[in-house]
Amino acid sequence: MSLSAQYLWLIPALPLLAATIAALAPRSARSLAAGAAILALATSFFISCAALSTALANPATHLTHNFVWFELGNDTVPLGWLLDPLTAFMCTMVTFVGTLIFIFSLGYMHEDANFKQFFCFLSLFAAAMLGLLVANSLLLLFICWELVGLASYLLIGFWFHKPSAAAAAKKAFITTRIGDLGFLLGLLWLYDSAGSLLLYDNGHGVLEATALGALGSAATLCGLTVASAIGLLLFCGAVGKSGQFPLHVWLPDAMEGPTPVSALIHAATMVAAGVFLMARVYPLLTPDALRVIAFIGAITALLGAVIAVAQYDLKRILAFSTVSQLGYMMLAIGVGAPNAAIFHLLTHAFFKALLFLGAGSVIHAAHHEQDIRQLGGLSAKMKLTFATFAIGTMALVGVPLFFSGFWSKEAILHAAHTTTGSHLPFYAALIGVVLTAFYNTRLIAETFFGHGRSHAAEHAHENSAVMTTPLVILAFFAIALGFLGTPAYPWLQARLSGETAVHGHSLLDGVGLMVLSIVLVAVGIGAGFALYGRKLRAKATSPDPLATAAPGLHAFLGARLKFDELYAATFGVLNSFTATAADWFDRYVWGGIVHFLALLGEFSGTVNREADEQGLNGGFDATSEKIRGTGQAYSRVQTGDAHGYLRWIAVSFVVLALVAIFGGVV
Amino acid sequence: MSPLHLCLLFSSALFCIGLVGALARSNTILVLLGVELMLNAANLNFIAFWRYGPTPSPATGVMFVIFSIAVAAAEAAVGLALIIAVYRHQKSIRLQEANRLKG
Repeated sequence: MSLSAQYLWLIPALPLLAATIAALAPRSARSLAAGAAILALATSFFISCAALSTALANPATHLTHNFVWFELGNDTVPLGWLLDPLTAFMCTMVTFVGTLIFIFSLGYMHEDANFKQFFCFLSLFAAAMLGLLVANSLLLLFICWELVGLASYLLIGFWFHKPSAAAAAKKAFITTRIGDLGFLLGLLWLYDSAGSLLLYDNGHGVLEATALGALGSAATLCGLTVASAIGLLLFCGAVGKSGQFPLHVWLPDAMEGPTPVSALIHAATMVAAGVFLMARVYPLLTPDALRVIAFIGAITALLGAVIAVAQYDLKRILAFSTVSQLGYMMLAIGVGAPNAAIFHLLTHAFFKALLFLGAGSVIHAAHHEQDIRQLGGLSAKMKLTFATFAIGTMALVGVPLFFSGFWSKEAILHAAHTTTGSHLPFYAALIGVVLTAFYNTRLIAETFFGHGRSHAAEHAHENSAVMTTPLVILAFFAIALGFLGTPAYPWLQARLSGETAVHGHSLLDGVGLMVLSIVLVAVGIGAGFALYGRKLRAKATSPDPLATAAPGLHAFLGARLKFDELYAATFGVLNSFTATAADWFDRYVWGGIVHFLALLGEFSGTVNREADEQGLNGGFDATSEKIRGTGQAYSRVQTGDAHGYLRWIAVSFVVLALVAIFGGVV
Repeated sequence: MSPLHLCLLFSSALFCIGLVGALARSNTILVLLGVELMLNAANLNFIAFWRYGPTPSPATGVMFVIFSIAVAAAEAAVGLALIIAVYRHQKSIRLQEANRLKG
């Protein structure tokens, strides 16, 4: 089975078609909308598989299909599709995980009145994400990028009747927009310096040697090359989209959306877009840019893990773990291992989708209770959910050897360790590993062990097969996917870097690092068990052990390091100050000028009117009066008496005849 | 008396009858009849001068008359239509009463 790059557009087009059908269908056409969405994405999955087999047959070539979108004077604006292993792997993952999430949504959203719109938005989201993946033009990528932003706004704010959801949707949209501004500037600058936005175009694309050489040599201010500056601007977009520090604040709030949306945003689509973008434009990134990316990634990885320790909301903990894992991916890009980043992105997509859907299953069963203090004791009541959730957690933590997260995280740690640059990010990543193990142990212990601490948790029961089957499938891949990229046989990494042969190392090669990370994971799990596992929480209101030990720190972490407050106190205040100043300026300076001009106009209008009324009108009135008087005088002749007229005619005729006869005319 | 004189005398008589009718009658239709009579007196003159004139050309007089009759017919149609309209407004066709258009 092979697929020409020419037909790559089918992959995003099918979900888009499904979204259109769902948008046009009447509100009651629930099964039509859902059926169209699932069928379209599943078909896209099969096309993606064909694309994957094509790409794997020739991993080193970038199959492209470019076409002219429109012409502008002498310039043409080309767009195109690109098929290489990166695109193919990503498409396959997005369509596969997406399909499972869609199916899960059938059960989760079953009682929702806006079921049809939900599937419409989901399809739009998937279409935008797939369009972003197959784009061979940064312009097309940017268009789809913004569509992803729009769809995420619609989905996060899906329950817009909740003020918190509406606020979260706005926050996500605006925060990512800040990053997108940098992205757009980067695009414009890139177009200005390289003359094209096509990625690969027979030697003329921006990722090909000619353009890269030209960009690298051109120096700009502050000693940065143009390429570094452009790379950092593009990274701004990725920072916004992938929830990197300092624009990570929207991601945890995005939990206000329905849980399948969280799974889709956090696993397969939106946040993956930023990492994908960086992997895609990786040839463009200079060492200067990479250093910044590595540090931002490491900070994010640590930050997310630290904050997750003190959260109580089930989904919020998972959200911060996503922030943290995305930090790892960015770190991998920054230390020059984009393949490790994509490997982690793929494994993370599966186990994080599993975790979110598992959380969704818990929340659905516990009647929308998502505070872990209120849950508890679910392991016995929801065996399948618990088992799959535990697998997802172990993959996330990086429990050795059997779980995918271990291998992908190991690849990142290895890259960070062997990098020639600073090792600070590596140490941050190691601390992150401990914390990840710690907060996940806490999450499992609080949610599933002990006894139910609320009415909802006590009466929870396992969900229907439509919700648990996707969990089982995802759990299988959360384990199996790791074996695609073990150091012994790094098949995935080899294909991504365009090699057909796989050069494996001995497992003992990096065994020191592996042992270290196993020890760190064990420490994290041990600490978590010691604090939360040995003595389980008795009541929903009993205090957190960490909060008793260090109340100030715990509260500070619980408030998410007060980032929101910080932004409110700095950017928010600055913004409102600027707005007030602009308002004042508008009202009194510009408004004053406008008022003055208006008064001037009014004055000259008054003068004109007086001149008109007194001067001009007087003359006209007098003339008109005279004409009227004359008319009245003459109108007396017209008596309305037809006989009178006739008589006058006859008399006049006789007079004329007499004059003619006797006057000698005839 | 030449035939021309006879004709002219006859047409003068006809014209006078028409004039008197138009001036003396108060029924608008009869006034219109008077006007038609005067018009026909003029037509008779056309024929007479053509037939007994010094240079009889083939059909000049007859042509004039035919035109004149056509115009008279059109005028009569308009006149009658006016009368009907006036009647609808004031339920009377007395000419003295149709004086709304006075100045």
